Amino acid sequence: MTELAHSSLAHLARLLDQGKVSSVELARIFLTRIEQHRNLNAFLDVRPEVTLAQAREADARRSRGEHGALLGLPIAHKDIFVTREWASTAGSRMLAGYMSPFDASVVERLAASGMVCLGKLNCDEFAMGSSNENSAYGNVLNPWDHGAVPGGSSGGSAAAVAARLAPVATATDTGGSIREPAAFSGITGVKPTYGRPSRWGMIAFASSLDTAGLLTSSAEDCALVFNAMLGFDARDSTSVERPDEDYTRDLNIDLRGLRIGVPTEFFAQDLQPDVETAVRAALADYQKLGARLVEVSLPNAALGIPVYYVVAPAEASSNLSRFDGVRYGHRARQFGDLTDMIKKSRAEGFGPEPKRRILVGTYVLSHGYYDAYYLKASRVRRLIAEDFQRAFAQCDVIAGPVTSTVAFGFGEKATDPVSMYLADLFTVPASLAGVPALSLPCGLGAKGRPVGLQLMANHFDEARLLGVAHRYQMATDWHRRVPAGY
Amino acid sequence: MKTQWEAVIGLETHAQLMTASKIFSPASTAFGGLPNTQASVIDLALPGVLPVLNRGAVDCAIRLGLAVGATIAERSVFARKNYFYPDLPKGYQISQYELPVVVGGTLSCLVTPKSGEPYPKTVHLTRAHLEEDAGKSLHENYRDQSGIDLNRAGTPLLEIVSEPDMRSSAEAVAYARALHALVMWLGICDGNMQEGSFRCDANVSVRPSGESRLGTRVEIKNVNSFRFLQLAIEHEIQRQIELIEDGGKVVQETRLYDANADQTRSMRSKEDAMDYRYFPDPDLLPLQIPGDWIERVRASLPELPEAMRARLARDYGLNAYDAAVLTSSRALAQYFEAAARAAPDAKMVANWVSGEVAAALNNEAIAIEQCPVPAAQLAALVTRIADGTINQKTARDVFGALWTGKASSVDAHIEANGLRQISDTGAIEAVIDQVLAANASMVAEFKTGREKAFNALVGQAMKATRGKANPAQVNEILRRKLAS
Repeated sequence: MTELAHSSLAHLARLLDQGKVSSVELARIFLTRIEQHRNLNAFLDVRPEVTLAQAREADARRSRGEHGALLGLPIAHKDIFVTREWASTAGSRMLAGYMSPFDASVVERLAASGMVCLGKLNCDEFAMGSSNENSAYGNVLNPWDHGAVPGGSSGGSAAAVAARLAPVATATDTGGSIREPAAFSGITGVKPTYGRPSRWGMIAFASSLDTAGLLTSSAEDCALVFNAMLGFDARDSTSVERPDEDYTRDLNIDLRGLRIGVPTEFFAQDLQPDVETAVRAALADYQKLGARLVEVSLPNAALGIPVYYVVAPAEASSNLSRFDGVRYGHRARQFGDLTDMIKKSRAEGFGPEPKRRILVGTYVLSHGYYDAYYLKASRVRRLIAEDFQRAFAQCDVIAGPVTSTVAFGFGEKATDPVSMYLADLFTVPASLAGVPALSLPCGLGAKGRPVGLQLMANHFDEARLLGVAHRYQMATDWHRRVPAGY
Repeated sequence: MKTQWEAVIGLETHAQLMTASKIFSPASTAFGGLPNTQASVIDLALPGVLPVLNRGAVDCAIRLGLAVGATIAERSVFARKNYFYPDLPKGYQISQYELPVVVGGTLSCLVTPKSGEPYPKTVHLTRAHLEEDAGKSLHENYRDQSGIDLNRAGTPLLEIVSEPDMRSSAEAVAYARALHALVMWLGICDGNMQEGSFRCDANVSVRPSGESRLGTRVEIKNVNSFRFLQLAIEHEIQRQIELIEDGGKVVQETRLYDANADQTRSMRSKEDAMDYRYFPDPDLLPLQIPGDWIERVRASLPELPEAMRARLARDYGLNAYDAAVLTSSRALAQYFEAAARAAPDAKMVANWVSGEVAAALNNEAIAIEQCPVPAAQLAALVTRIADGTINQKTARDVFGALWTGKASSVDAHIEANGLRQISDTGAIEAVIDQVLAANASMVAEFKTGREKAFNALVGQAMKATRGKANPAQVNEILRRKLAS
């Protein structure tokens, strides 16, 4: 049983194809593990009857002769994606029990490919956070160390995959919300190019940055699921109209001659030695595999945090305005007039972090401040994107740390928002530039907590990025390690 | 000497565009559905929804832009206008702010002042931009609660902003009427002011005559007819003049017009004006309009009212007034031209269209599109008047028969009812001889110099021919016989 749970998606797919296991059996195995490890608080809504009905349907399709690559494989969705059959809360009290009348595009595509949904995953409220301490439904524990945060905002997705409660989970990345929890939880997390996955049905945090992606146990598994998940969607105006592609096509890429750019700015004083040691070891592994390291510079990367914490809250302050208690969501019990109803509903429905970002965002968009903050941040954002284009003229992928430290403990940064925001230092630049980026496990640091290696590629270069990651995972076994007890 | 005051007026007009679906969602825009039955998940702003621009709305904006000679922006940007209101589902309105789709342009109109001759006026446009309408709050029928109907939410609007070029309520109304006619002519707005499809807000200020600086302006909202627009502006001009003359100061504010009381009341002042926190909507890419899109729309444009007025005047010898009346709507102009082409006398067709036809339409409150008398039959009617087959009086009866459906063909009706005009001189002379013989006293009266008696004799002669005698011939023969 445990062996199956620890298997890769590709392996499970082969077993399904050979009739050695059924989709219903797989669903039961993972539902049982979810139940056993409820203490992780990774899942917010599990409905076994719905999951099993989907699994039976997948088995029926297979018995009728269908052979989809993902048919019958289990997946779980971050609670940022709306679903018809599970509640969609975005980790907020504002949307407690909210049932969407439609499925998110990503959910729809994966369901159409035959994937079976195990339930909805905990996350920071409206995807705002780096530790999953901002969920209205409680902290998610890191399976490697219950005293450590799993990272955020996709903390539930990361913990679920790390503990093998699901073989793959959807997640979203706005400033690092896939890569940081992947690093902290010792798994693979991939954020594709902005505009490649549809945002239809993703509860918006910062629309110009929000990108759907995956947390998996390997780059190969990610490529398999991307084949079904990514593609043009006319319902999202920022979706890029390009033909579908096969993301597994470069998995066997030859690393000889590959130029890996190493940005000097990512190895500055903030980087902790345990993380640096693991990351440099991974870079050395790549050299052994034939890749060449090239020093590159992302001179404006350090401005990423201030830019991000202007742009993202500005967009969030507007995106969260729809939660007014009028049509759905939390409505205060006691109120005076209409304005009072809206004020009280929002005061009660939002937790402290969304409130903080709404305040910041409202401020930076205010008359008289717009030019100094939002407009200026937008300009610097373009400079950061240009830095990447210059760097990619010299290299094929860029490598560096995901975070400056391994997972920190609960409460360590909760009272200091700025130090929490700095956790996104290395992940925010790729988000601002809209380029694909991933985190893969490359070692263990302080207290035996995982370390992630970040790889970034140019727009729409996901297939090569996944190939570069896969070759490393063929040569190493960090991604196969499962935390003790799982 | 008392200060002479000059009013300065600019209009902001919201025209609902006649697209089948909303500007950012596939929901229907039809008016009058049960509350919230025409609101999609996008209009309801459910979590996870995204807007997709309806290109049909852009076509409408381009049509207006081309019609007023404006620049169509190659690149324009949708922005979010943020404010909370229960009938604004997203908590922001998607509009265009810094970069609108239509820039500049002019609109000409004929101003009919309270006294004096009508005169032409050209009003400059600042811009026109696309945006979405909000829903409606329903306060009636609810106790201590408000109802929200989101059917209207997301209906495409074109906001057309004029320069402060108008100097009187008459000029403002002339501009508003011309714009109203134009958007309907272009087929982009149904122009229904009662249903709110065409709404005008007026910016009004006053200044001493000769002063070049603008006074403090007041925005008047909630005006849903041209008459109220005129009244509201006149009232506001008077209010501001009195205020200043009494030593007060106009404050920048928004006032609502109350038609029942014929007054404006303050809605909000500049101090509590909202900070809308505009910023480019990250859900929508900038709107790019390449030249071929503009050319495609240009090719689909109908002949524009101004061009058509000039052509009608030239081709049919109409005066400016007739040309203006006949081009007050495209359908009316098309009706006129269809009839004029088939009739020998265009001026007579023009008189019939703006006379009998217009009166009958008005009487039954129907539009020219529903006119029961086809243009071809009006042309046949005018043809028979012109060739002397029937006289004007008979023609009016025939028109009545066509209108009510008693007749479907002018010629068949004339023949079936023996309505041909009697133009045979011998027959008319015989009738007149009988009339003269039977009315000796009237003849005597006429001979004492009473002209009235002549008309009475004409009447008798017409009566004797059941109205069919050629009136000109009756006149002439009678006059000759009485003189002999």
